[in-house]
Amino acid sequence: MNFTFTDDQLLFRDAVRDLFAGECPPEAVRAAWDSDDGRVAGLWAKMAAMGVVGLTAPEASGGMGMTELDLVLLLEESGFAASPEPLTAHTAVALPVLAEAAPDHPLLSAGAAGEATLAVALGHGDLVLGGAAADAIVVPHGDGLGLVPAENVAAAPAASVDESRRLAAVTWAPDAVTELTSDPAARQRAFDRGALAAAAECVGVAQRLLDYTVEYVTEREQFGKPVGVNQAVKHHLSNVGLALEFARPMVYRAAWGMAAGDTDPSPEVSMAKALASDAVDLACRNALQCHGAIGYTVEYDLQLWLKRGWALAASWGSAADHRRAVAAVLLG
Amino acid sequence: MDLTFTDSEQAFRDEVRTWLAENKPAEAFAPMDTPEGFEQHRGWERTLFDAGWSVPNWPVKYGGRECSLVEWLIFEEEYYLSGVPGRVNTNGITLLGPTLFEFGTEEQKDRFFPPMARGDEIWAQGWSEPNSGSDLASLKTTAVRDGDHYVLNGQKTWCSRGAWADWIFCIVRTDPDTERHAGLSYLLVPADAPGMERRPVGRLDGEPAFAELFFDDCRVDVANLLGGEGEGWPVAMATASSERGLNLRAPGRFLAAAERLADLYRDLGAGADGRGADPDLATEVADAYIKAQAYRWRTFQKASELMAGGTMGSEASYMKVWWSELDVELHATALRLLGASGELVGEWMSGYLFALSGPIYAGTNEIQRNIIAERVLGVPRK
Repeated sequence: MNFTFTDDQLLFRDAVRDLFAGECPPEAVRAAWDSDDGRVAGLWAKMAAMGVVGLTAPEASGGMGMTELDLVLLLEESGFAASPEPLTAHTAVALPVLAEAAPDHPLLSAGAAGEATLAVALGHGDLVLGGAAADAIVVPHGDGLGLVPAENVAAAPAASVDESRRLAAVTWAPDAVTELTSDPAARQRAFDRGALAAAAECVGVAQRLLDYTVEYVTEREQFGKPVGVNQAVKHHLSNVGLALEFARPMVYRAAWGMAAGDTDPSPEVSMAKALASDAVDLACRNALQCHGAIGYTVEYDLQLWLKRGWALAASWGSAADHRRAVAAVLLG
Repeated sequence: MDLTFTDSEQAFRDEVRTWLAENKPAEAFAPMDTPEGFEQHRGWERTLFDAGWSVPNWPVKYGGRECSLVEWLIFEEEYYLSGVPGRVNTNGITLLGPTLFEFGTEEQKDRFFPPMARGDEIWAQGWSEPNSGSDLASLKTTAVRDGDHYVLNGQKTWCSRGAWADWIFCIVRTDPDTERHAGLSYLLVPADAPGMERRPVGRLDGEPAFAELFFDDCRVDVANLLGGEGEGWPVAMATASSERGLNLRAPGRFLAAAERLADLYRDLGAGADGRGADPDLATEVADAYIKAQAYRWRTFQKASELMAGGTMGSEASYMKVWWSELDVELHATALRLLGASGELVGEWMSGYLFALSGPIYAGTNEIQRNIIAERVLGVPRK
């Protein structure tokens, strides 16, 4: 039993944090809201150059051949920065699906290099995040999964409250699908990868909301004192810290289970996403309350994380969905 | 990261499980906080000690087997899953014990550890006073030096297991001219010290599990001072950290309760009690179960940090709030599942009554949330 990350894993995490701090500040996220594709210009290429985009692809395909355990730390940073880059769909889900089902597919090496972008039609009902701009989409197909190239996809945009999240209702001709796998377990594994990744992003978003709010209540004064001295405010913040303190190790436990090849990693993934969704929901609610009216404006950056938090909490299964999944396994 | 148990950790688990299965008392004991039950539980401590299981993580010379922190957590998991009697000396072993290791002299360790490990000396905690609860540092019980003795005057209350304990670890004011944290000392008081009287107080479950202690010129040997005179506050805070962190309430007891809760749901669903299980409560059972798992993994994470040389700081308050509120949720969910029969005296109601004390003792959860905000998150105190 050793529940620690290696120094290399932590150093890589720190390097990615530095990258986001430099290349994905709040003004870059705002610019992404106003851009055509909802992305931060140039960021994906820099992430690819560091090996982040292709992290989960095999080395033979130009990737890093690393695991969910390495990836969750980076996804936390992605959430912490409110990066709109498609790390969850592309790196956490689509590349491992291709690596398992179609290791020679040209999109695997192109995807690992960051030259092609893949979306996934799982985890968001009828909508696909980045579905209009992706080069190809991993879709449900029979009981398994298939791949549809962009030219066979019709995408109708659907506006998200988080304007960097370019959702689309996507349709495709069934005969345009290339089957990747007919194995329902592979489809479940793809969903688990997405839910785990979203859980890690939730943790990062919640941490940023907590940090922002601690800073705000320390500086903002009323009645001649920082508003943070009030016990009601302290308890709002402690409750967010508490939710994070116990969601985070559950996310790591689930990531380890997937990386180590647990026979059924789904229950732990569901436990992680349930706790992480609850944590980010609470972080959003309490961060806004502790900020007061300034947090309720679009000029103030808090909104970038609030809206990302609301979206992530409900995507790839809500807390309620995942608690039901745990109940089904536990209680029959 | 490797979250599998090593072969030796697995062998340790198997050994614990086998021993507990073979040595589980045939008949349930009387409640721990009755005179009869207290002595039955004392005997169980001796049984554990004789097999080397009373203090498995302690040095061999004090009756332990020097198991690792992870192995101790495994021990706790197996202990609570097995359904053997509770531990009557947790106040000694898990609260005073770590503090004595840190602050005790060699003479004190040799004097107090062996009988603590054997169950020959059961310990209670004498901290709260009628006017000093959350504000512990305002306590007024005095201990004035007179030759080789301290002379104690004052009153302690809510002293768990205090009615029959053999020893009480107290915080007293050795400098009566001081206020608050300065001038406090940590004193080990024998229950037969002349000048001390105790009165049992009925807890919410009706058992005389609390005691009030009255000191009237009670004389205690100065050799029983733990740490320096007037330097008791940091010693007390070391005990408090054990009380809040993973020493007093390791995940084992909550993991076992979560399994029993899931069993209850399944048993009701299978027709036990003739009513079935309310499917609307399935996700509540799952929620409590998930939180128990999260506590387990947070604890193994913390144990790995500690074994790598880390320390337990104010984040112990996170642990305390989590396990105490989890315990309430586990038992409240069970009572909701039981519906109208939940009020009946039984395992879940008595567990619920005990769980309700968790957010109060060891520093209320309101105090813990203040500590989290101020010392972990860095919000200004005032």
